[in-house]
Amino acid sequence: MIEFTDVVKSYPEGNDALRGVSMQIEDGEFCYLVGPSGSGKSTIIKLITGEIKPTAGAVHVNGYSLERIRKKEIPYLRRTVGVVFQDFRLITNMTVYENVAFAMRVVGAREKEIKDRVPYVLDLVGLAEKHQRHPGELSGGEQQRLAIARALVNNPSTIIADEPTGNLDPAMSLEIMSLLEEINNLGTTLLVVTHAKDLVERFHKRTIVINDGLIVSDGMDGYYGYENQ
Amino acid sequence: MGITVMRINNINYLLKEGFRGIFLHGFMSFAAVCVTVACLLIVGSFSILMYNVNIMVEDLNQTNEILAYVDSELSEAEAKSIGTKINMIDNVLQSDFISREEALEDFIADHQEDEAFSGVEASDLRHRFVVVLEDNSKIKETTAQIEDLPGVVKTHAEYELAEGFSTLQQILHMVSYAIIAVLLVVSLLIISNTVKLAMYDRRDEIAIMKMVGATNGFIRLPFVVEGFTLGMIGAALAFGIEWIMYDALVNKIGSVDTLQLFDFVPFQQLLWPMVAVFVCAGLFVGVVGSWTSIRKFMDV
Repeated sequence: MIEFTDVVKSYPEGNDALRGVSMQIEDGEFCYLVGPSGSGKSTIIKLITGEIKPTAGAVHVNGYSLERIRKKEIPYLRRTVGVVFQDFRLITNMTVYENVAFAMRVVGAREKEIKDRVPYVLDLVGLAEKHQRHPGELSGGEQQRLAIARALVNNPSTIIADEPTGNLDPAMSLEIMSLLEEINNLGTTLLVVTHAKDLVERFHKRTIVINDGLIVSDGMDGYYGYENQ
Repeated sequence: MGITVMRINNINYLLKEGFRGIFLHGFMSFAAVCVTVACLLIVGSFSILMYNVNIMVEDLNQTNEILAYVDSELSEAEAKSIGTKINMIDNVLQSDFISREEALEDFIADHQEDEAFSGVEASDLRHRFVVVLEDNSKIKETTAQIEDLPGVVKTHAEYELAEGFSTLQQILHMVSYAIIAVLLVVSLLIISNTVKLAMYDRRDEIAIMKMVGATNGFIRLPFVVEGFTLGMIGAALAFGIEWIMYDALVNKIGSVDTLQLFDFVPFQQLLWPMVAVFVCAGLFVGVVGSWTSIRKFMDV
């Protein structure tokens, strides 16, 4: 579960990225986070992954209190939160299989667990056949699916996708969103940060709209809920 | 949750990753090894040179002796017995008795073309001891102790020469320590920067490791294994090159007549201290270099 209570985040340069945000995302929920550039979306992601601490208020993520988390605990928090980025962030000199296995190895998984889990996850994202390819040999959509597989492989309870379709054409974007929905159906909490209005409207889910550091809309009526205000 | 105990499986992985990194980042590894070799060669060559110069100065210094003249009233046997007392003095390395007859032979040999000394007889001279010291910086004290012995009437020593050698040795020590220290610091800085470049090359990999929840120790260890291995490869190469170069230099000097004065210690005699110095330096620069350089990339 992700819970923000009156969260304020001010950066040393003086700008207030968040000015009192409260929200709660339950386990197993699928939720969009939308808003214009500079509205505070990235700050919310950084707070959830423990990259930054709130200036005021409380942030709870999967049992961790982020406002007073110790540095040593952050890796363990991150194992409960898989992150997918717009630019994929794959290791280009590793194969598809190795990219996913790498994420398991660096958290200390046993070789047998890796051998069991990686093919399963690659199959789930539809890349089992291409496990020996390198990222450079894959299409944009396939690279994003690989990034999703990597985020998924350590079985996190939450996945945060930051503009997952930002670099993809509409057909591929649709494919990725369908995959994320499928993952959500398997029980993983999904928080998708996006600008893609059409996808938000197409996949009818809870949508949190943030603007100028404040939540301006939170409901099932998507982007239009904000724009029609 | 909590701290996971590192399993054998993980250690295998960390070691494997460390070695894999060396080949995966071939150019940077090559650069790091080259820099290590160059730095260790400079430090090693300078240390070895200083060691040899020091030994040469010490050898030259050993040729500086004290002459202790024995009372002319004493018989040869009585005079010889003083040798035991001289040898009992702490700083005395050895003392050789020279009878007045032997002294005359030497005197004649030295002055055979000088007619003024032609009438000199053995009875005109005294029995004497040639005393070699362990530490020539204490030549004054030791000379005084010898002079105090009953039966010794006079001593002769070249104080200025002995003190000059001692000062020269002290200066050499200071200069060599200072230069070696500076060279080591410079080497560490260069190597640390090379490792930093290698880390920069892999910042994305480190960022991904952080993102998926790898602990700092887990991220750091393969780099340290890599640094250690590169440091050891650098040390081994530098050691081999140093050995070959040194042997070649010593042989070359040995074959030139005018350079016979320089007596270099054979490398075999320096083998173990050099192994120790190179291994320690390689380890130090490899492990410390990678450990400190990675800190910069850990705050993701």
